[in-house]
Amino acid sequence: MNNPQLNDRGGLRHLLTIEGLPRETLVNILDTARSFVSLSGREVKKVPLLRGKSVFNLFFEPSTRTRTTFEIAAKRLSADVINLNIQSSSQSKGESLLDTIDNLAAMHADMFVVRHSQSGAPHLIARHLTRQNVINAGDGRHSHPTQGLLDAYTIRHHKKDFSKLSVAIVGDVLHSRVARSAIHALTTLGTPDVRAVGPRTLLPTELERLGVRTYTDMAAGVRDCDVIMTLRLQNERMQGPLLPSAQEYFKSYGLTPERLALAKKDAIVMHPGPMNRGVEIDSAVADGPQSVILQQVTFGIAVRMAVMAILAGQGKAGTA
Amino acid sequence: MSAPQSDNKVSLHDVEALFETLLGQLKPRVSHAAGMVGIVTGGVWLAERLHAALGLRAPLGMLDVSFYRDDVGEKGIKPQVSPSQIPFDVDGRDILLVDDVLFTGRTVRAAMNELFDYGRPARIDLVVLADRGGRELPIEPLYCGGRVDVPKGSILMLDRDPRGVMSMSLSSRRRQRGEGA
Repeated sequence: MNNPQLNDRGGLRHLLTIEGLPRETLVNILDTARSFVSLSGREVKKVPLLRGKSVFNLFFEPSTRTRTTFEIAAKRLSADVINLNIQSSSQSKGESLLDTIDNLAAMHADMFVVRHSQSGAPHLIARHLTRQNVINAGDGRHSHPTQGLLDAYTIRHHKKDFSKLSVAIVGDVLHSRVARSAIHALTTLGTPDVRAVGPRTLLPTELERLGVRTYTDMAAGVRDCDVIMTLRLQNERMQGPLLPSAQEYFKSYGLTPERLALAKKDAIVMHPGPMNRGVEIDSAVADGPQSVILQQVTFGIAVRMAVMAILAGQGKAGTA
Repeated sequence: MSAPQSDNKVSLHDVEALFETLLGQLKPRVSHAAGMVGIVTGGVWLAERLHAALGLRAPLGMLDVSFYRDDVGEKGIKPQVSPSQIPFDVDGRDILLVDDVLFTGRTVRAAMNELFDYGRPARIDLVVLADRGGRELPIEPLYCGGRVDVPKGSILMLDRDPRGVMSMSLSSRRRQRGEGA
C-alpha cells in the first residue's frame, strides 16, 4: 500500500499526518529530536544542515506560536525562511491554491510548511509537487502531526515507556486536530490506555475504532492517569449550541488541583496552547509542578528541526 | 616509523605501538594550556588516553560532527547524535583536534567548522592515530602514529572493549561501534 508520505525506500518525503506512519518512522523522529534538544544548551544553536535551502511558511490560518517555532527551527538549521501572510495576498485575489504553490516553487522553495483550514489541503499540495517537501502544520480538524510528535516526545521524555501508560485527552476532541494526531501517535507507539474525556457533544462517536476509551465523567476519566492532555476550548464552541457556557465547562471538565489529584502522583499535565485559564485548566495546575506545558514549546522546536532535517536528508533520489 | 602490516586485523600490539609513537611526538611539544578535542567516537577514546597521559589542565572536549558533514543530503542524519561539548573557552586557545583514522579529511573539515562555532582558536593542530591516505581535501596531521594501508572500499575503525583496551578492525561497511566487524 502506497503511503504518499514515504518515498520508495520507505524514507519520509512529506509529513502530512501521523496516521499510517510506521512505528520506526516515529521513533526515528523522536530520537533525532533528542539530538537537537541538546543544541539549545549551546551558545551557537545553529547547525548547517539546511544551509542553502528555502523553507516557505504558508499559513492560511492565523498562527503565531506554530509559525514562530517552525521559523526558529528552520533558522537553527541555517535555512532561509520566508513567511507568507496569505490573507493579504493572492488568495484574496482569487488565485487557486495550486497556482500559488506553483508560483512559490518557481521561486526555488525547497520545503513548504502549510497550515490550512481545509482538511486535506497539504495532501493536495504534496501530490502536486515533485521536488519539494511538505510539512502539515495543521489542516482543518484533521491532523497536526508535528504537535502530535512533540506531545509524544514530551511524554517519552518524562515517562520513557509508552507500553505502560494511561493517557487522558480532555476537552473538545471532536474539533481537535491536536487530539487526533496525539491519538495516532500514542497508539502507534504502543500506549495501551488512551482516553478521551469530555462532554458527549464534543466527543466523536467512533473513537473506539481508534482504540480509545471515552469518558463523560471527568473524575473517572483522569483517575490513575500518567498523562493528562488538556485541549483548548475554542471560543466559537463556548458560544455555540454544543456547550452551555465556559463556566459550565470548567465546572464539569476544568482540570483543577482536586481532579489532578485523582491521577497518579507523578502525572504530567500538558496543553498545546494557547490556554484559556479558568476554562479548560485552572491556573494553579497550569503553573504547578506537574505542568510540562512550557517544555512542550521547547521540545516543539527540536521536533520540528528533526522533521525538517530528516526530510532534507532523503537525497535527490528520495524525492521520487 | 614503519607502517604496520596490512592484514585484516591490525593487531592490538600495533595499535599500542601507534599510540606510543603518537604520545612520544606530543609529549615534548604540547603546552599544558592546550585544549584537546576528540571527534566522536574513536577520536574521543584516543583523546581520553592522550589527555590523561599528557596531563592537560583543561578538561577534554568532544565533537559529534554529524550536523556538519557534507554528505547529509545523500546519507541523511543518524538519529543518535551525542551532544558536542567543549568545556573550555575556545577563543585564543591552542587546540589539539584528535581523531582515530584520517582518510579523506572531510570529517576534520566538519570538525573545524563546528569548532569555529564555539569561538576563534589561536591554532588547531591535528592529531591522528592512523593515516590511511586517500585525502580529498588539503588537510594534514601534525602528529601521526603511523600510516596504515587499507584496501579500497574498506573502513578502518578503532574499537574499544569494555576494559578500555583498544584495537583496530577493517570492515566493508560503516557500522555502529559495538556491533561485530
